Amino acid sequence: MRTAASASLLSCHSCQFLGQVPRGYTGHNASCPVCGAAMHQRKPNSIARTWALVLAALILYIPANAFPVMTTTYVGKSQSDTILSGVQYLIESGMWPLAAIVFFASVTVPVVKLVVLSYLLLSIQYRSHWRPKDTTRLNRLTEVVGRWSMVDIFVVAILVALVRIGNFATIEPGIGATAFGAVVVLTMFAAMTFDPRIIWDRVESTR
Amino acid sequence: MSLPTRSLIACHDCDLLHRVRPLLDGQSATCSRCGAVLYQQKRDSLDRTLMLTVTAFILFILANTFPFMTLKIAGREQGSTLISGAIAFHESGMWGLPVLVFLTSILVPAVKILGMLYILLPLKFNRLPWKVGPLFRFLQTVTPWGMMEVYMLGVFVALVKLADLATIVPGVAIYAFGALILIMAAASTTLDPRVVWNRLQVPWRAVS
Repeated sequence: MRTAASASLLSCHSCQFLGQVPRGYTGHNASCPVCGAAMHQRKPNSIARTWALVLAALILYIPANAFPVMTTTYVGKSQSDTILSGVQYLIESGMWPLAAIVFFASVTVPVVKLVVLSYLLLSIQYRSHWRPKDTTRLNRLTEVVGRWSMVDIFVVAILVALVRIGNFATIEPGIGATAFGAVVVLTMFAAMTFDPRIIWDRVESTR
Repeated sequence: MSLPTRSLIACHDCDLLHRVRPLLDGQSATCSRCGAVLYQQKRDSLDRTLMLTVTAFILFILANTFPFMTLKIAGREQGSTLISGAIAFHESGMWGLPVLVFLTSILVPAVKILGMLYILLPLKFNRLPWKVGPLFRFLQTVTPWGMMEVYMLGVFVALVKLADLATIVPGVAIYAFGALILIMAAASTTLDPRVVWNRLQVPWRAVS
């Protein structure tokens, strides 16, 4: 069982081309002869960059939930809604399945994504209970599922665009939406900077 | 020592080396250690993906030019198109969100469709388009940022929220958009990236 890195091979993440590590390779100066991508044995600074993005997302998650995502003005009365109060409204209106969907996408998914990424990073640094195949699978899952938390942002966008009936009814977006959008973007980048191969490197070295 | 680099592949999730073996249509090769998909064999990949992409192109134009939804309340009407969502945020003085919404619901899908047409059409006629490598690579990177299906769910949620208060009339664009989502999902399933990569010359020497 050999990995590409242990065999001094470089693998292209785009086109799967496998080539030998050239002489004078500094980790930053190789490019794929087929597709031109920069080739790295491991994503550069993966752990540091992913931590930075995860922490930024965690910090922004607070205003994303504390500040309103939209303000509805209906016949003169104004009401501001945060992500959670929006879910509450759906439950109170009896729209159970919808409340579940929105709660799952806007609350569960981002939290799970942040928790999983933090867990992956910590488990690499502290080498605690290894189940590498499961952690790799977990990483793949969070990558796929992360984009669905954008749902609430789209809902606000559509409502703001549609409900523009002058003095009768209008909807305005709130800062919470921007913060939440930032959280989604940051967690997506974090999933991209994280290199799951590092998990397996540590497994190999502790054998 | 020179390794036959075309016959080996490294798992992108755990870096384990595997021998590349030919597969039958519909089969996929998975990593023996971590279960990631290494590569797949798809039937008629080029033809099918091209056909789906052309269909997607037509649907995309329909989805953007026709009305998306019309809201009727208290005797007044408010229409919207696909781009209205992004514009609405912009008019409220925000800049980050409208860019994000525009990107994920319109720009990235457009880039994907046009990019794939640019690459696949010449390949179909056995020509190599200029800068195929970097462009295809760019398309692969940008793919996760196309969130049309999430947008569709957002539409659904918004519709339900408004159901009690107003009448919503769906327009042609909404059906085109729904069909577009399905077609693009199908296109990503039928595409075998090796169809593109195998057309590029591989020099049998070390990486430069």
